[in-house]
Amino acid sequence: MKQAYKKIPMPVRYAINTLLFAAFLIIGVSLIQSGAISKYFTKVLMLIGINIILAVSLNIATGYLGQLPLGHAGFMAVGAYTAAIFMTRSGLDPSVSFPIGLVLGALSAGIFGILIGIPALRLKGDYLAIITLGFGEIIRVVLLNIDSVLGFKLTYGAASLKSIPKETTFLNTFLCVGIACLLIHTMMKSRHGRAVLSIRENEIAAESCGINITYYKVLGFTASAVFAGLAGALYAGYLGILNPSSFGFMKSIEILVMVVLGGMGSMVGSVLSATVLTAIPELLRAFSEYRMIVYSLLLITVMIFKPSGLMGQYDFSLSRILEKVFNRKPTRDTTNHKAGDKNG
Amino acid sequence: MDKLVPLPSLGFIPERDLGSTPILDIHHLGVEFGGLHAVDDFNLIIGRTEIAGLIGPNGAGKTTVFNLLTNVYTPTRGVVLLDGVDIRGKSTAQLNRMGIARTFQNIRLFKDLSVEDNVRIGLHNAFEYSLGSALFRLPSYWKNERLAHDTALGLLSIFDMQSLADKPAGSLPYGAQRRLEIVRALATKPKLLLLDEPAAGMNPSETGELMENIRRIRDTFEIAILLIEHDMNLVMGICEGIAVLNYGRIIAKGTQEQIKSNPVVIEAYLGRRGEAKA
Repeated sequence: MKQAYKKIPMPVRYAINTLLFAAFLIIGVSLIQSGAISKYFTKVLMLIGINIILAVSLNIATGYLGQLPLGHAGFMAVGAYTAAIFMTRSGLDPSVSFPIGLVLGALSAGIFGILIGIPALRLKGDYLAIITLGFGEIIRVVLLNIDSVLGFKLTYGAASLKSIPKETTFLNTFLCVGIACLLIHTMMKSRHGRAVLSIRENEIAAESCGINITYYKVLGFTASAVFAGLAGALYAGYLGILNPSSFGFMKSIEILVMVVLGGMGSMVGSVLSATVLTAIPELLRAFSEYRMIVYSLLLITVMIFKPSGLMGQYDFSLSRILEKVFNRKPTRDTTNHKAGDKNG
Repeated sequence: MDKLVPLPSLGFIPERDLGSTPILDIHHLGVEFGGLHAVDDFNLIIGRTEIAGLIGPNGAGKTTVFNLLTNVYTPTRGVVLLDGVDIRGKSTAQLNRMGIARTFQNIRLFKDLSVEDNVRIGLHNAFEYSLGSALFRLPSYWKNERLAHDTALGLLSIFDMQSLADKPAGSLPYGAQRRLEIVRALATKPKLLLLDEPAAGMNPSETGELMENIRRIRDTFEIAILLIEHDMNLVMGICEGIAVLNYGRIIAKGTQEQIKSNPVVIEAYLGRRGEAKA
């Protein structure tokens, strides 16, 4: 009666996920090249990808670390401007400068994450929310008012930073999505990730288990900032023009809504709700003024009926589902593979 | 059980621990909260493998002593030597790495995480690997995670809880949650284990089992255990040395017999004879 539960070995798990993700990318790229997906729709897909990275990155700080930062758009702005300035000023070929810009954007946002995290994370709850909101606004206002540094015209302030090479494509966006999700996943499924989770669960107990909570709070916050910076850099290459007003408080809220709606602490929830909340305004183009109303209604409905968010803390694992199927009495073994590109 | 041997001015330790430095050596420990002496002139010495009990009426300051020993509160007076080392100025996390682990009176588990993950968080400093090897799944990640997994299951087997490893900690029954807290504390490889009311909410047969387990833990890990408990059967059953606390001060110290017959202790618990009539 009691059979040993068969587990899929780790290399096979990774191979399955990599293959599915590669297949997803190949299908996407070939559909775009054959013209089956229109230019406009490709743009929407890219925006979805960028928003997915933003949502999963904010999910580290809210869902895993259990804090409530409200300045996520600030980190995105840092990444976007760093990448954009590097691309416009380095004089390198865009195909070379773009990947470097992505890395630089992520790194500089990470540095800001450390600098802001160390003082901000001494506070908790609403105080942390307010101080991060303040930092986010400071970044935006500084960008808005400073158009030259030491005589070099860099950010152009309110006049917008223009003519950034539009290097963001479907392929590199979703490669970044894959890398971001993979790295976040590997971080969370390790002693470092568990330390971050333990802070969310019970700070006093975490401390008495020998966990340096200051270090892990800053680590979680910084990881969150790094991927926000990456998303920002992609955004710079996506729009080709940057204006500080796109990184305002509402942008931070928009990202937070995605995370809360998807379920704080669930990566697949963040991915799904980022997809849906980016697609809805595009699908309902005619009603786009009502987007905020749809947002708030959605949020209220979900909070009433499922306060933990759509997915709660559930994390999707294709391998786990496959294991369940394999370990069932062998009736039929055709499995329905849906977009199973995330998580081992 | 060994005989308790008196030491000059501080108290007693079991005979077998005489040769080595006492694990805990507390001199004149005290803390004040706005003029209130929550704990005052607290002196205690605990042998390397002693099971010691800290008892006293409600509000006597027992948990405060634990919080002082783990630096949740900073003492305003006194010196605490852990294994001969002054613990002043160390953070709670540092103290844990130095060898003090504790459980809590009101259970503080990581409720949404699995039982195994709770223990593995306790093993955080036991199996180290860098963030880089976690991110890129380098060999040291696999090796240490496998070791951590095996160790966690081994520790859970003390209380026969391996089968619960995948359950969320918050879904366990109350007694199991208390046991899991002890396992998690043990995972941090303590030299001194502080148990805050380990038997609270347990029925007599569970308490009996717990007594056996506490003794077994002491014997297998060779650690000292200091416990706060109201259940006198447990205290009298396993504690070698007992200290009685009332209004933040130690009013009696000694073996079970000495405590049981001490009139000051009886007074603290039951009041003075004849007082009720007056």
